[in-house]
Amino acid sequence: MSTSRKWYTPYVSPNDPCPPLGPISYETPVQLYLGFQPRGMEQFSPFEALTHGTLWPGLFTPYTNPYLSKREELNTDG
Amino acid sequence: MWYYEKKLQYPVRVGICNPRMAKFLIEQYGGADGELAAALRYLNQRYTIPSRVMGLLNDIGTEEFAHLEMIATMVYKLTKDATPEQLKEAGLGEHYVDHGKSIYYHNAAGQNFNMGIQSKGDPIADLYEDIAAEEKARSSYQWIINVSDDPQINDSLGFLREREIVHSQRFREAVELLKEEQSKKRVF
Ligand SMILES: [Fe+2]
Repeated sequence: MSTSRKWYTPYVSPNDPCPPLGPISYETPVQLYLGFQPRGMEQFSPFEALTHGTLWPGLFTPYTNPYLSKREELNTDG
Repeated sequence: MWYYEKKLQYPVRVGICNPRMAKFLIEQYGGADGELAAALRYLNQRYTIPSRVMGLLNDIGTEEFAHLEMIATMVYKLTKDATPEQLKEAGLGEHYVDHGKSIYYHNAAGQNFNMGIQSKGDPIADLYEDIAAEEKARSSYQWIINVSDDPQINDSLGFLREREIVHSQRFREAVELLKEEQSKKRVF
């Protein structure tokens, strides 16, 4: 399974005016990897599909504010 | 032609009285990568796209109008009960002087909607444009979620962002359909 969020750490200069923000995230959602959607992919129930914004769990890539979750995610990623 | 259903595609709840959010949300209403631009772009491009994918542009273009309505509902809820003084504090003073409480097609920086929507008449150029536009709309939703402290608005914005993901996926599949060698059998 691909991860839908990646991180990189920009160069920090000793002359930077502000304290470094740390690693920067960017999103890599599922459509970058799926190719042509295969037939017969598992489906949500109609109600679940509405709340998720898609009929297929395989297309669901939720988003959370990375500034709030940065610390935990970096830890779980190792 | 269209049939209109008198309900939103997804419920819109605004939990926190923060008119400043309206200023951010208006980006998706009248901004370059907003829902109006998307709807107009797809419904315009569909005439000169191969018939295999014309229906896709038609469907997605129609859905974008349903998204536009959701954004309008959020903006309206956030501004309808604000005093002119509160609107001024929210950075909407200029908006109020120009348009009163009415919603308007401009971006978060107050620039009027720009009709320069992309349409090249080349199927691949147009679909690549559309994929990029969907990814840009997805990013806009992320940036708005990052500056929002209202979990209920973020729930609706999360829905809209997921729709951009599905649209991007479908446009990518449309490219695959069009680049397929016509002598070959179709295997998925
Ligand atoms: Fe879209």
